[in-house]
Amino acid sequence: MANFFTENKDLQFTLANLDLKEASALRENNYEYAKEFDVAPCDYADAQDNYERVLKVVGEVCADNIAPRAEEVDENGPHFADGVVTYYPLTVQNIKDLDNAGVSGAMLDHKYGGLNFPASVYTMMTEMVSRADASLQNLFGLQDIAETISDYGTQEQKDKYLPLFASGEVDGAMDLTEPDSGSDLQSVRLRAYQDENGQWFLNGMKRFITNGCAKVHLVLARSEEGTVDGRGLSMFVCEKCPELVVRRIENKLGIHGVATAELQYNDVPAELCGQRRRGLTKAVMSLMNGARIAISAQALGIAEAAFFEARKYAEERKQFKKSIDKFPAVYDMLTRMKTKIVATRALLYETTRAVDLRYVYTQMVEHKADITVEERQKAKYWVRVAAVLTPMCKAQATEVANQVAYDAIQIHGGTGFMKDFPVERFYRDARITNIYEGTTQLQVVAAIGGVMQHHNEDRIKELMALPFEGMLARLKDKVATFYEKQLEAIKYVAVKKDTEYQSLVAQCLVEMEAFIFVGMLMLRDALKDSEREVLAERYILDAESQFEERFMRVMSGDLTTIDKHREIIDY
Amino acid sequence: MSYTVIVFVKQVPDTQNITGDAMKPDGTVNRAALPAIFNPEDLNALELALQLKDRFGAKVVVGTMGPPNATAVLRASLYRGADECILLTDRAFAGADTLATSYALSCCAKKYGKFDLILCGRQAIDGDTAQVGPQLAEKLAIPQLAYVEDVIDLSKDKVSVKRTIEGGYEVLEAPTPVLMTVIEGNEPRPMNATRIMKYKRARTRSELAKDHADANYTDAESLVEEADNLVAKNLLIHEWSAEDVGADKGRVGLPGSPTKVKKIQSVILTGGDAKSVEPTEAGISDLIHELIEDHTLG
Repeated sequence: MANFFTENKDLQFTLANLDLKEASALRENNYEYAKEFDVAPCDYADAQDNYERVLKVVGEVCADNIAPRAEEVDENGPHFADGVVTYYPLTVQNIKDLDNAGVSGAMLDHKYGGLNFPASVYTMMTEMVSRADASLQNLFGLQDIAETISDYGTQEQKDKYLPLFASGEVDGAMDLTEPDSGSDLQSVRLRAYQDENGQWFLNGMKRFITNGCAKVHLVLARSEEGTVDGRGLSMFVCEKCPELVVRRIENKLGIHGVATAELQYNDVPAELCGQRRRGLTKAVMSLMNGARIAISAQALGIAEAAFFEARKYAEERKQFKKSIDKFPAVYDMLTRMKTKIVATRALLYETTRAVDLRYVYTQMVEHKADITVEERQKAKYWVRVAAVLTPMCKAQATEVANQVAYDAIQIHGGTGFMKDFPVERFYRDARITNIYEGTTQLQVVAAIGGVMQHHNEDRIKELMALPFEGMLARLKDKVATFYEKQLEAIKYVAVKKDTEYQSLVAQCLVEMEAFIFVGMLMLRDALKDSEREVLAERYILDAESQFEERFMRVMSGDLTTIDKHREIIDY
Repeated sequence: MSYTVIVFVKQVPDTQNITGDAMKPDGTVNRAALPAIFNPEDLNALELALQLKDRFGAKVVVGTMGPPNATAVLRASLYRGADECILLTDRAFAGADTLATSYALSCCAKKYGKFDLILCGRQAIDGDTAQVGPQLAEKLAIPQLAYVEDVIDLSKDKVSVKRTIEGGYEVLEAPTPVLMTVIEGNEPRPMNATRIMKYKRARTRSELAKDHADANYTDAESLVEEADNLVAKNLLIHEWSAEDVGADKGRVGLPGSPTKVKKIQSVILTGGDAKSVEPTEAGISDLIHELIEDHTLG
């Protein structure tokens, strides 16, 4: 009996130390729900106990049921014939196991049969599911669809769909991408129109739709004829029907277990979900933010799986009469992999915590009658923090997953290139994570504004004020030096007022910010557990040269790439 | 109509994951070194019962005989979908062999009242006797179906089941009430999050009193109130003693157990030398003869 939760020291540390007190209390209406619902916790300790118990169950299902099926799922995948997508039986069994575990509506309200868990705890589940089978995360991780209906839908839509999502009776798809609208969603063309009775219909095409065969779809469509930008788009909810045709499913490099479909809408009846013309600016942004967290967790889960295999192999494989993990070149790789994973986990759950606080405070602003100035400010603060951390986290987690999967194959040597070992699957599965739900390049675009406007400043300063001593204090001073340089770099770029240059060095600036922010998180965690001092030390020492390189690039003012890229590319 | 299915389960030491010494110097099992788990085949029996609940509509009652902390397996049953639980506990039950155990369980079943099916795991991993199920059927004077893998159909007065035999499987039919022992033929469902959040509060009356151990007697009233509360929410685990189930004291526990352990021997099998056999007709023939001679075959 293996368990991806109880056997993961870092994940357990994270749950034990992640302060969800405020988010949990507000979600549970200060534990008033306990009077109404048997399953609702009566205080924070009770809520924490629930989180831990449920994560243990998910950890067991992932390790014992799902992971052993992953190879066969990868080899077979879904089947498509006559317009019908049929999932591989083991994928169906995986979904059934998770439904039986009762975690299909993890974040939904008690009244809809959900667990009302914070996003942080749900994300821990998704991380473990991905570790077991990354493709399954693309089905399990679609809970943000129900969340979006919960946040923006009408009461009738909530009453109709949410209990079905919570019990696993329906699955969802979010239909955003079109053949000519990928990163640029403002140009979406799928048409939404009303007949004389006010009934909406959808007409057009969508592409690369994860689980496009789902029973319930959220669709981004152009409801305002004659418009061309994001302000003419609205969000719709529709159901699987004969007018909604799956034209084909894609043959992909990785995440084979899930169907990625091309959809044709032949006047599909639909309902408006949320405000008209606010589809992109509100619903999609919320949907995308949730999905970006889910993909970050997917990436982290793959990295965890790849590291586990690499470590095991390096301990077992003997060359020159000793196991290969005794060689500096190999243990250096393993050390870096582990450090990156722990650092990414620290960033991911700091992000989900911000997302949880954003959620409870924005809900409060929308629904509470006597809102105080302080509560309003908190809502604003957490919106800002979550907005910068989410893309920073997605960029880091997904790039790290690729690096770790790459190194995992390297450690396996020729064996890792073969299908006999699972690392090649992790490598293939990781590759999409830094592309979908916004490429890393697009995450940089989303994060750079917050970085330039110092949105992490309060939190960084708060962390720097912690009582570090000895080595930790010296490491903190190092990070403080990074931070001074970061401020210098931001100022340098801001003063330049050259948008092309800012875009060119934006990735450097965002990554520099991440080194500082994550460095401080690692130090914070080292204060809580002395065993983690070595991790903080390794992270910050590794970060130094990488930080300096980026700093030099930003401060160089080098315009040659902007001026001469064409000549170089065309040579 | 709804059926009543009783599942008898056992909390056993985990013989797969042994930490420390499994045996005490006196040859008895060192339970402290072995984590207590749900007996694996009892989980299969529970899963089968829950499938019957899904398919035909049934009330699933789980019972166990054991010390007070055996409620862990009862709560684990509630987390998976059981409707009602019974802890059969009494110092008088201690030291029971299979005969005394099956007698106690038969008293428990009689006290519970009407049932259609009793399901037991084929055997427990601590004793591996596979005797309790069949003995229980005899004591209740009902038919038994042993080594069941799956139920094919259930109706008002009969059940048909499937069990694997060499070279195929057979279908058996029996009138109800009937007892079945179940082998590993299904995959037990995971515990359910919502049920965990609800039933983690399930208690026996003794556990409830223990929760209030520090309280003074003025709390007695609140204790009663809380017990009523548990009953109202279906969170009370029945706790029955030998007297409650009307068991004859001479037939339970050590006095009711004719089995006497004479000696326990720890046998450690050591590997010998490897031997290679030529992959030829002659090589294989030699090997077979050798195995027949040392009575490994035949």
